[in-house]
Amino acid sequence: MTTIQNPQTRYPEAAILADERVPAIHIWRDFDATPEQLIRAHTDPLLFVQWIGPDSLTTRIDHWDCRTLGSYRYVASRDGEEYAFRGTFPEVSDTRLVQTFTWEGMPDAVALETMTFKELGEGRTRLHGFSLCDSFEGRDQMLSSGMEVGIHDGYAKLDRLLTGGSL
Amino acid sequence: MSDQLSRVFAALADPTRRDIVVRLTEADHTVNDLAAPYGVSLQAVSKHLKVLQEAGLVSRSRDAQRRPVHLEAEVFDLMTKWIERHRRQAEERFSRLDDVLARMQDGDSDDTKLQTQEGTAP
Repeated sequence: MTTIQNPQTRYPEAAILADERVPAIHIWRDFDATPEQLIRAHTDPLLFVQWIGPDSLTTRIDHWDCRTLGSYRYVASRDGEEYAFRGTFPEVSDTRLVQTFTWEGMPDAVALETMTFKELGEGRTRLHGFSLCDSFEGRDQMLSSGMEVGIHDGYAKLDRLLTGGSL
Repeated sequence: MSDQLSRVFAALADPTRRDIVVRLTEADHTVNDLAAPYGVSLQAVSKHLKVLQEAGLVSRSRDAQRRPVHLEAEVFDLMTKWIERHRRQAEERFSRLDDVLARMQDGDSDDTKLQTQEGTAP
């Protein structure tokens, strides 16, 4: 983590780090925009639905109250299949957006996401996302979600490695 | 076995175990080989190896007398694949966000242009 925090490092593409000590994922990405514009793209529902994606799904906002102590719910759908996400906003400020995040398919797993927007100068801004899950299993689930080889197949494969090998 | 990946991350949280893994990427080693540079007891190194073994990161052959420790690179591949896929999904999302931000900037300048035009209209 210390190496990736080098102030010289640029993130023209997303960089990801799975934390070893706590069940969390870090993500960094630089944008050609001001912190204010990035905050608007995250808080204005009409802008938010345009990028949250993925492309294969249509996102519809069910409820949106993006301010400190507000809450949200949105539904992504494809061919009649729906995936709903919901949460609350503990803090919405000029440089930071804090939200809880839950996929309703696993309602017990509540993640806490903190997005910080840091001005880099010359009209550029760095987004740092920190997603803290309530268990390592939940974090791994989040990491492997949307995989053709999902976490369950992955664990089955590990099982085979463990039982089939000389361990 | 659902906490397998967690065990992998936990096993790698220790600097000595990370160092052992790095050395095993070059070649298989015996426990004696592995213990040599650390100035710790064989027992301490064996403990580290047990954690790595339980995480599925290393294995030890049963038949060979020296029982060299072998790195299970496949487990790493799996983790790397998950993380890379997650990164790519995030990058796709951020590219869409790039587009939205660009449109916002166009929108802002269009507004300005519109006002200017209105301002200079006869």
